[in-house]
Amino acid sequence: MDPVFFYTFAVLAVISAVLVVWNPLARNTVTNAMFLVVTMLSISGLFVLLQAFFMAAVQVIVYAGAVMVLFLFVIMLLDIQAEKKRRLRLGGLISGISLSVATVLIFRNALFAEGGADETTGSMVFEGSTSALGKQLFTQYLLPFEIISVLLLVAMLGVILLSKKELK
Amino acid sequence: MEISLNHYLVLSSILFVIGLCGVVIRRNLLINFMCLELMLNAANLALVAVSHFRNSGDGQIMVFFIITVAAAEVAVGLAMIVALYRRRQDVYTDRLNSLKL
Repeated sequence: MDPVFFYTFAVLAVISAVLVVWNPLARNTVTNAMFLVVTMLSISGLFVLLQAFFMAAVQVIVYAGAVMVLFLFVIMLLDIQAEKKRRLRLGGLISGISLSVATVLIFRNALFAEGGADETTGSMVFEGSTSALGKQLFTQYLLPFEIISVLLLVAMLGVILLSKKELK
Repeated sequence: MEISLNHYLVLSSILFVIGLCGVVIRRNLLINFMCLELMLNAANLALVAVSHFRNSGDGQIMVFFIITVAAAEVAVGLAMIVALYRRRQDVYTDRLNSLKL
């Protein structure tokens, strides 16, 4: 049963990721954002398969919920009309594809190196329960947790400053 | 056939490469930003997969922090894009080529 779900979510994620980058059917940024939502949801499905239930819920709430709503809001606020006239540039295409090929080669060497990546089968799996995760977060990782809350405060202040009418 | 760690890592690298390609070939700042989010998600997938197969919770904690940082980054980045659009009426990186506003 597991492989069926894995391949379904994987194919869905990859196809919609390609459509985020370049969609031949619709020249509209909102469509790209919607396909990004599909990718996020597929990744959250993969998190469920990996028994990371809390992470799956956070992925849906934070990414598919909050972040993508912010994206859609900005896309609709700016309402870029020039997008329909835009074509892919040849120079950008060549550099993008060559960079991708180089990165694929790096990943291939890392993943399929001889004697690399020793296989640990899923026989002894981590119980990704929320309580275990929370316990770890509030004991071992307490300091990073507090620092990240300060980071969120700083980001909020920065956004307020940036959205003022006149920067002095 | 059993789904192993390598399956997840290969999928995660495919998603990462698609995002990287998008950042380079597209000129629309908003789409560049969405591709950055895609790359972050690919890294999250790899971390959760390693955490699962290594039987430890550390990877998931790291993903938790990455998601928080990504949310902050999106908020600040989109505010910057809106501020830029207010000055220049443009979101295309090939036309935003001067340091002075």
